[in-house]
Parts: sequence; C-alpha cells; structure tokens
Amino acid sequence: MNRTQRIAAAAASALVVGVLAAGCGGSGSDSEGSGGKDVTLRVNLFGQFGYKDLYKQFEADHPGVKIVETAEGDLGKYNTKLSQQIAANASAGDVVAIEEGQTVNFLQIPDKFVNLQDHGYNEIKDQYLPYVANAATTADGKTTIGLGTDVGGLAMCYRRDLFEKAGLPTDRDEVAKLWPTWDDFIATGEKFQAGIKNDKIHFIDAATNVYNSILMQGGDETYFDRDNKLVVESNPAVKNAWDLANTMIDDKLTAKLAAFSDEWNAGFKNGSFATIACPAWMTGYIKGQAGDSFAGKWDIATVPGGGGNWGGSWLAVPKTSKHQKEAIELIKFLSSEKGQMGAFKSEGRLPSLPALYDTPELKDAKNAYFNDAPIGQLFVAGAKNLKPVYLGAKNVPVRDAFENVLRAVESGDRSQSDGWEAAVKAAEKAAK
Amino acid sequence: MRIRDRFAKTEARVAPYAFVSPFFIIFAIFGLFPLIYTAWVSLHDWSLLAGDQGFVGLDNYRELMHDADFWRALTNTVGIFLMATIPQLILATVLAQVLNSRLRGRTFWRMGVLLPNVTSVAAVGIIFGLIFARDYGIVNWALGHVGLDNPIDWQGHRWSSWLAISVMVDWRWTGYNALILLASLQSVPKELYEAARIDGASAWRQFWSITVPMLRPTIIFVTIVATIGGIQLFTEPLLFGSGVNAIAGGTTGQFQTVAMYLVQQAFTGQRFGYASTVAWVLFLLIAVFAAINVVLLRRIKSVN
Repeated sequence: MNRTQRIAAAAASALVVGVLAAGCGGSGSDSEGSGGKDVTLRVNLFGQFGYKDLYKQFEADHPGVKIVETAEGDLGKYNTKLSQQIAANASAGDVVAIEEGQTVNFLQIPDKFVNLQDHGYNEIKDQYLPYVANAATTADGKTTIGLGTDVGGLAMCYRRDLFEKAGLPTDRDEVAKLWPTWDDFIATGEKFQAGIKNDKIHFIDAATNVYNSILMQGGDETYFDRDNKLVVESNPAVKNAWDLANTMIDDKLTAKLAAFSDEWNAGFKNGSFATIACPAWMTGYIKGQAGDSFAGKWDIATVPGGGGNWGGSWLAVPKTSKHQKEAIELIKFLSSEKGQMGAFKSEGRLPSLPALYDTPELKDAKNAYFNDAPIGQLFVAGAKNLKPVYLGAKNVPVRDAFENVLRAVESGDRSQSDGWEAAVKAAEKAAK
Repeated sequence: MRIRDRFAKTEARVAPYAFVSPFFIIFAIFGLFPLIYTAWVSLHDWSLLAGDQGFVGLDNYRELMHDADFWRALTNTVGIFLMATIPQLILATVLAQVLNSRLRGRTFWRMGVLLPNVTSVAAVGIIFGLIFARDYGIVNWALGHVGLDNPIDWQGHRWSSWLAISVMVDWRWTGYNALILLASLQSVPKELYEAARIDGASAWRQFWSITVPMLRPTIIFVTIVATIGGIQLFTEPLLFGSGVNAIAGGTTGQFQTVAMYLVQQAFTGQRFGYASTVAWVLFLLIAVFAAINVVLLRRIKSVN
C-alpha cells in the first residue's frame, strides 16, 4: 500500500467513524458518552484474545462504559453454551466471539445478530482478507454478523534442542528446507525418530492436528461442497490428508495425544513431542503450557505445503444486547488496526487486515520465547497464501467424527485398514 | 354470620389445595411441561439453531432403534452402572457396619466418609483423569513398579475406562451410601445382636443373619437412587476424556454414556429433535428400572 492509498484508507475509516458518531448523535439524548448513565458491556470469549489493555483504552475514550470479559478455556464448552444462548434468545453477552467452525452455523439464523451492514460494514469490509470479510456474511450477501479479528496463519513450531539431539539442523531456515512438502516432513520425522533413540519422545503431538492442517491447505472445500452435500468420498483433499496422517501413524511419529487434553498439555512440559502445527495463536498457548523453563528451546519454521489456516474468530453483537450501539463501537475498535495489533502484541494473534502485514511493527516482530523467531514474517507468509475454505453447516460434527476415527487408528483401537471406511460412515451419520 | 360461615367453609375446602399447590405449579412448569415439550420436539426434525424443520412422526424413534451408537452408549451406561454400583453397595454396607462399631474418634470417621461427596465433581474428574493418565499417571507408575512395563491406556479400552470411571463414581458415593445405611443400622434393635451373641453366633454370622436382612429396605432405596444417578451418568466420563471432543467418550465411544450421546446429538450434531428422542427413551428406561425396583421392594415387604 503506497502513501496516498494509506491516507485514503485512513480518511475512509475516519469517515466511517464520523458517520457512526453522527448516527449515535442522531438519537439525541443518548449522545455524549451515554450522557452520564453507566453502561456495562459484557464480552463473551473463549481462550485468550489479549484485549485487556484495549479495554482500558476504550473505557478511557468512552466515559461511563465499563467492560467485563468472561473467557471460557474450553472451546467445545463455549460453542455449546453460545449455541444454547443464541437459540433460546438468552442473553449471551453484548459482544460474543464466533470461532471459524461456528460461523456457518450462526449464518443459518442471521436475524439473531445485529446486521453490521446497517452500521457501516460495507465501507470497511475491503480492508479485511477477502476470506475473512465473506465468512461471516450470508450467502445472499445482505447480512453480516461478525467482524473478523485474527486468522490462524499456519507455521510449524519445533524444539531446537530435540532436533539437535536427533542430529537434525536447528536453524529455522535450514529446518524449513527439510520439509517443503508433507512427504519430506514425514521423511524428516523418520530421521528424527531414528536419531533421538527414545521411544517417549515423538516427532509430532497428534495425527489429528497435522491432518487438519493438511486438509485446510487442500483447497476450497473440505467435507462439504457449496450445496452442503457431503463430499468426503469424492473430494481428494480429504483422502490425501487422511493418507498422509496414516503414514505418520504407521511410522510411529505421533505421541498419540488428544489435542487440548490434560495429557497433551502435560506433553509440553514433559517434552513429549518435537513439532506441532502452529497457527499464530498457538505461540501464546505453547508459552503458557511449556512455561519459562522451555524459553529459547522452541523455534518456528514455515509449514510444509506452504501456508494454511487453523482457527480465527469473528466478533458479533447478539440482538439481545441492550447496549448495541456501544457494543458495535467496541467490536469496531477491537477489529480495527489498532485493536488487532494490540491482540498480536499480547497474544500473538495474527491480524486479518492485510494493510498491517507491511507495517514494520508486524514485519519486524520477533518472539523472544521462540528464540527470537520473526513471527511477523513467518505467519504473514502463511496468511498471504491463505485460500478461503468453505465449511458446511455440519462441519464440526463431521470433523469430530473424522478426528475420532483417526484417533482410534492412532491409538490402535481400530485397524488402519478399515479406518477410512469407518470414518466415511461416521461422517455420513454426523452429517444428518 | 351466614356469609362468614360460608366463607369459613369455602376456606376450609380451598385452603388445603392452596397449600399443596406450590409443588404442583412448580412441577408443572419445570417437570411436566418440559417432559411434554420434549416429546413434541422428538416428533420433529428440529435443528438446534434453525428450529423446526417439519413433523416426522416416529421417524426419530425408528432411527434410534437402529442406531448402533445409541446401543453402544446404552451398553456402556449399564456396564458402568453395574461395575460401579455392586462393589459400591457391598463396600458401603461393610463400611456402615465398621462405623457402627466402637471406634476411637467415631464422629471423625463418620464425617470423613462424607468428604468425597462434598468435593466438586469437576475437581474429582480432573484428579482422576490424571491418576489414570496413560503417560504420567500415578496408577501406571505404580503398576510399573510391580513389574507391569507396558503402561495401560486407560481411556483406550472399554474395560479399563469403565473401571476408571467406576472407581471415580464409587469414591464419590460409597461414603454417602454408608451413612444412609448407618442410620438404618442404628435402628436395628440391640437385643437381636445380644441374643445372637448368647447363642454363640460369630460376627460374620451376625452380619449376614441380622444386619443384612434388617437393612434390606434401605439397600433397595439406596439402589434406586444409585440407579437413577447411574443411568444419567454424565460428568465423570465427560471429564475423564479431556480435550477436544470429550463428549464422544473416547475414540470409539468406549465410555460414552447415553446422557453424553444425548448432549452430543443436541449440541455438536445440532439435532435437537433426535436428542429429544434419546431423552425420552432415557426417561422410559429409568421408569422401567424404577418399576423393577418397586417390584423388588414389594417382595421384601411380603417376606417381613
């Protein structure tokens, strides 16, 4: 983006803010920071979004507004509860976070959320990655329920010390050269396993995490086509990811840990695995789980297959909110350049505004915990290659079904030969 | 006077109904209405978010009858129930007997057995999940010391996951049941034991010939309560399999209970109608089990 463009963009966003402010002013008595009456905004999130400082800033700019955040650590639990609340018109909060896999679900009932197109969304939507801008908009293009925050631009995190022990290179550029493709990744894994000579340490944490990463690289559809028809059997991307994951299981490269389980968390501290598929937000998670004693032992390289996405979120305002005006202002602030940079700095969440990718703040960002890895460059590279992937409304149950069978094969509870058939059958049932 | 009389009469007639009405009103709102509404929903193709997608009659019930996942969940539920309840009741009876004898610090022990029951079930689930963990669990560590080198993947197999969950359930409920049994034990006339002792009966004989028969009604009561809890078992197995998709109860659903299957269908699968069907069948199952218990209870009364 050149200078004039940037000025134009700034002017455009200033205009939007101005229009918004005018819109707010229009309601008369409610203007002037809600005119002395106090407003408490409830923000309902999962995991760590890194918004603490941004809230303070927003509160300072909006006297009388107080922000209370509740964050659920378990994404599954969060999704269940949010679905319940939205379906029942119960108060879910003034601002809620919608995770990537759930956007399609909530787009079935767009009228339960404030349509952001009535609040200046069309003027700002071009600032987002196209995929992010469209994912929270209905198929007819008339309703937008969420503003994009972060994307899960993908890289590969690895343990330098374990790589050294196994006789592999440790420098991140050389490591990246080890695995341009997933087949190379598997070959590297075999070398690692042979070199480390310790059957308690594995090359990767879990087959499911790699499987999902490969699948999301595979093209614009996964389990469903755009007519919401189940295409697991005809979509080569699914079978390809499945087969690669099974090769890793075959070669005993996986530590057989269920993602986000207590054992998986313990695996960070115990050093049970040497690599993990690493979207930007995962860096914060690794640091939290592995702790200070592993500082500098982790590093980040590019992901095999080039780019990819895992996760990402949108902020929405449910219609049940009693302070929609303030809530909309808040999500605009949090998803603005300033808000997204704030989340990047505190939790490593990668912005979904490409304009930020060229700023020195992001381009030169390094993460001391990961041996000063240039996280800005690494994750931006992943995000730039991001291909939009269509997820059907039943994506979550079908993905769960596939992951479950894969985990069963991984743990040896199911034979590899009938794994694929079982997965297809489970997917057909889950897609009902 | 007359009006007053009539008022008093009406009052006498109406007042009792007014006094008992709170229960019925609350039951109607929180018990009866959800029950009937669930039955109504179960006859529809009903999406959690998108709502009613049309009446389908008994299709959901027909599907459920041929749903292998449901039957597996039912087997798990009954299996865990039997595996947990039988040792639990035996242990509780023995424990009650011990607590009834002359112990030093009797109140301390009696309070102590109730402690697991007041512990938060979430904490219990997490701790036991760690105890039975595959890689760094204390049970596998201990087994390793007695020569079992291959660590057991407790969550991986049906038998081992059932066992771990049963231990969790028993840890929580044995003490509670022991206290209930203890209460009824204390109402057993001492004369019976004295007479038995004079006749030279051993402690074991006293236990089997006096304690157990006298406790039978209480045992039946405790069994009914354990049955209802056991068939609705949810939190322990859910917390046992932590991480993504814990509601599936293991990779092949080896410890998914019916209650978990219900929640999975409703909230992961978004099939509210089908989940309501599961809920109704679960309700009927509990009714059947309760009926069996009532029949047993009657038989014991006729023995007395």
